[in-house]
Amino acid sequence: MRYSGLRVIKEALTGHRGWGPVWRDPEPQSSYDFVIIGGGGHGLATAYYLAKTFAKSRIAVLEKGWIGGGNVGRNTTIIRSNYMLDGNEPFYEYSLKLWEGLEQELNYNAMVSQRGILNLIHSDAQRDAFVRRGNAMILNGADAELLSTEQIRKEYPFLDFDNARFPIKGGLAQRRGGTVRHDAVAWGYARGADRLGVDIIQNCEVTGFRIEDGICKGVETSRGFIGAGKVGCAVAGSSGRLMAKANMRLPIESHVLQAFVSEGLKPILPGVITFGAGHFYCSQSDKGGLVFGGDIDGYNSYAQRGNLPVVEDVCESGMALIPALGRARLLRMWGGVMDMSMDGSPIIDRTHIDGLYFNGGWCYGGFKAIPASGMCYAHLLATDTPHDVATAYRFDRFRRGHMIDEKGMGAQPNLH
Amino acid sequence: MLINHPLLGPRDAQEFTYLGDASLINRPNWQADDAQEQFHDYLYLRDNPAGLHRELWFHETGDRSWLVVTRDTTTHEITKVELARDVARALGRSK
Repeated sequence: MRYSGLRVIKEALTGHRGWGPVWRDPEPQSSYDFVIIGGGGHGLATAYYLAKTFAKSRIAVLEKGWIGGGNVGRNTTIIRSNYMLDGNEPFYEYSLKLWEGLEQELNYNAMVSQRGILNLIHSDAQRDAFVRRGNAMILNGADAELLSTEQIRKEYPFLDFDNARFPIKGGLAQRRGGTVRHDAVAWGYARGADRLGVDIIQNCEVTGFRIEDGICKGVETSRGFIGAGKVGCAVAGSSGRLMAKANMRLPIESHVLQAFVSEGLKPILPGVITFGAGHFYCSQSDKGGLVFGGDIDGYNSYAQRGNLPVVEDVCESGMALIPALGRARLLRMWGGVMDMSMDGSPIIDRTHIDGLYFNGGWCYGGFKAIPASGMCYAHLLATDTPHDVATAYRFDRFRRGHMIDEKGMGAQPNLH
Repeated sequence: MLINHPLLGPRDAQEFTYLGDASLINRPNWQADDAQEQFHDYLYLRDNPAGLHRELWFHETGDRSWLVVTRDTTTHEITKVELARDVARALGRSK
């Protein structure tokens, strides 16, 4: 079923009785050429591009719960490509370009809204660093714009510009950044993959890998053994738990990140805005809620819920930036589990086990990466070679000293 | 979270900073033949369990002692707190 304006009108005239489920609920077959573990954004996008771009068939996505029930349903929906390092920026810029064409590609309204992202500057040293990052972005084909305080004042008049400790000295804007309706990303890719013949199998938990002579032959699941030519893991947040079943230790710790949404308000925030003197970012959803977040809690966790000190810290940062935030009531807060890697950058790579591939370590930036991650992982699975923009995302970069450490924090995952 | 400090009693976790897996106490022997491999694993690889996790916390705004805290990563419940000094000595380190 293809969506179109005509179709909406036709359905409106016939009582909306013609809409059906947009993906099948198939029984797992005994074997597939490709088994993707994880029915989140990355897994579904991988399956979609494997079928679409690389013309592969006999593909299954295994999901232990329901698709889109993990981090793709729990994030703060921001897309951007404002990275600095060579290993990262081409990848994220490629992802942003895929976001720009996503809705036409999928024939699905993912509400991609390029409302812009603005990183605020609070000191001369920070301006120097942001100018450098902006130049790196432009060199990689992304857009970046240095804004003066007066320019920012026109767009965001309610910020605390003259804060005694953290006055706003300017900002680095990426106009092509923005937000996307996160659930629609999972649903759009699922629908697209299903239409290309991918079996999306929900309520199917992988309980182990069948590995013989160093070759992965398939996966043991709660619905029986499923044979596979190639197995691709895409379960960021639970990577440690899953890969332990293949006796692998990863350069990753799992940490909890909290996010918050206020009650619905009239439009106040035109784009995404980030505080430069603490970790706080905020945007306004199309329903009117202010969506914001900050630091991870900082200790290993698989709990999907955090503690109050970070709530206090995030709200304090928010108040320091937007004093009016204090008049809004908090509607909901929640936590998601992040794969925090040792250098703050992801991994898309083969493992030492033939036929077993890994995608994870997305830290708290996985959402914006979904299209490029899916494309690059599909490239790796289909061709056994890395995609041009993902060549740096290797397991052995730690051994070889080629870390991609945007924040320069070293091997301390809770600081990235 | 409250951490029941062996010397000071229950203290707010906010007084501490977190380092990570307590296996970081077991720094490899730099003179071993495969020291490079051992240090790679020591520095970069983690068990990252879902469940009981032994981890290092530093009482930064308190008595500045290092603790080994046993905590469930699925519930955040703390079941055991030891002085890292005692743990290290029991392992035969820092003699």
